[in-house]
Amino acid sequence: MAMPVAAMSRLAWRNLWRNYRRTVIMLLAIALGVWAMIFMTALMRGMVDDMVQQGIVALPGHVQVHAEAYRDDPSITHSLPAPGKAMLEVLESRQVIAWSSRIKVPAMISSEYENRGISLLGIDPEGELALGFDPDDIVAGQFLTDAGDGGVVIGRKLAERLETRLGKRVVVMSQDPGNTIADRGFRIVGIFKAELENREETIVYAGRDVVQAMLRVGNDVSEIAVLGHDYRTPEKLAADLGDAAAGFEVLSWLELDPYLSTMMKVMDGFVLVWMVVIFLALSFGLVNTLMMAIFERVREIGLMRALGMRPSAIVYEILVESLMLLALGLLLGNVLAVSTIIPLKSGIDVSVVAEGMEMMGASSMLYPVLQWPDVLLANTVVIVLGILTSLLPAWRASQYRPVEALARN
Amino acid sequence: MSAIVCTDLCKFYQQGDAVIKGLDHVSLEIEEGSFICISGPSGSGKTTLLNAIGGLDSLDSGQIAINGERVDLLGKAELADLRLHSIGFVFQAYNLIPVLSARENVEFVMQVQGVRAAERKLQSMKILQEVGLEGMEDRRPAQLSGGQQQRVAVARAIVSQPKLVLADEPTANLDSQSMEKLMAHFRELNEAHKVTFLIATHDQRVMAWADRRIYMEDGRVTRDELQ
Repeated sequence: MAMPVAAMSRLAWRNLWRNYRRTVIMLLAIALGVWAMIFMTALMRGMVDDMVQQGIVALPGHVQVHAEAYRDDPSITHSLPAPGKAMLEVLESRQVIAWSSRIKVPAMISSEYENRGISLLGIDPEGELALGFDPDDIVAGQFLTDAGDGGVVIGRKLAERLETRLGKRVVVMSQDPGNTIADRGFRIVGIFKAELENREETIVYAGRDVVQAMLRVGNDVSEIAVLGHDYRTPEKLAADLGDAAAGFEVLSWLELDPYLSTMMKVMDGFVLVWMVVIFLALSFGLVNTLMMAIFERVREIGLMRALGMRPSAIVYEILVESLMLLALGLLLGNVLAVSTIIPLKSGIDVSVVAEGMEMMGASSMLYPVLQWPDVLLANTVVIVLGILTSLLPAWRASQYRPVEALARN
Repeated sequence: MSAIVCTDLCKFYQQGDAVIKGLDHVSLEIEEGSFICISGPSGSGKTTLLNAIGGLDSLDSGQIAINGERVDLLGKAELADLRLHSIGFVFQAYNLIPVLSARENVEFVMQVQGVRAAERKLQSMKILQEVGLEGMEDRRPAQLSGGQQQRVAVARAIVSQPKLVLADEPTANLDSQSMEKLMAHFRELNEAHKVTFLIATHDQRVMAWADRRIYMEDGRVTRDELQ
């Protein structure tokens, strides 16, 4: 016999509103739970996103091309020539937003008082800005004007450590490919700030042409950094570049920064665990509500069985009732979550815990990231687990013997 | 042919150390189209017998066959189908679904049976008119008096013209006039459509309508007389 869907659905809807207060409380609990699932996930996504973005700016780029041995020994001896025709075709394609070739070598910087070990970056300022360097991060002076600029831009913290300042001269010393000391005097033309103190202390920008001349490497560079459209999917870009750059090592940021990529992967699992934990808390309320609703109408369930309803129809009715409750709660929760996340898109100031955030590689502004797959996951978790949770009360209701159920007061 | 054949029905309840005899070796044959009243004091086994015949309660022993089909051997789903399509119940305590209106309560069984909406509406309005509830179709049970609720329950039991109606004290909350009307309606259905009625009652006025009277005491049939 076919399931009396319309009859059961109408009954379920009306039964839902029999105890108005209880239903409203349960709806609010579900809505709050769903809100917590989506909102907290958006915050966590925002934090991880920020960590990744910071990491990508620091790298920089989504994909990098190096000489094979560069990552083991990042000295100038492991350099690569300027991109050839095949690589330029990929670099100029639509899947690339920006790219830049850079020198990146370990070096020593000295002021008149102090000296420090640093990473010397020989850059083309235009490419660097396109890769993500924010000109607003220059807190004194200016950024380099071109690849032939003879100045250096150092971090705020490094300036403090060297006890130097804008306009002063510093000496940068490294080794050329023949292991001969290569050094040069530079004037500090700019001081930058960074979200991560470590960057302020270790990164020094100089013009690429100037550094190439200092290191006597002609047009060779240490790396080619490439920015694609979506940091989450750098694999295709890396593969295309790999085909065009045979003999060199082409790696996406996922491989270049395993800590961050692991963090991003763990995040997906963490989101699911978080949602299930919240649902488990909710499920007690849901089961209790359904059990109470069933206990209150055992007699009616007996009546329906006596009138010819199959046990499966009783299960269906209880499940539909639960589904309606869950769907309404989800609707409320989704609206609540979206309407609280959107106004916070411009960021939440968490500078009170800035040090902790920095330790994790995140900035002191938290930008919630609303991802529709997360919303879908939250809704799926609630619906699927909600129905599973409701199966027990529904099954119990279907097992009442009509004569005993009808005798209940 | 007998519509219902009950053979040696036994149903005992344990209450503390005492054993209550709900049905004590009851055997009955009920012809199709009979109009039977069962009488007896409270606890005599009237309701237990109706519940057993309707498949609402299990037996300790014995056999029940309705139109040749062994009720005591059917599973839950088959019993549900039997009740849905062949048996109308009228309970002593009305037992209406409180969230449905009078018409929706009457329509409920037809809806489960899969009767189309227009047909359901036509039938339910007609039967509610016949039991004197015209104009009260949209009222919920809480907005009806006890007698009115009982009439809705009766309407629900007979609206789909089952082969067998099992009624447990159907007139308990009705005034004399309503009782007479209801019994006349039962009788009409019985004569026009050969619907078998099995009515448990204390009311002598109801007994007067029966063409067979069965008296029970302590779970046993003590008298079985034709009118």
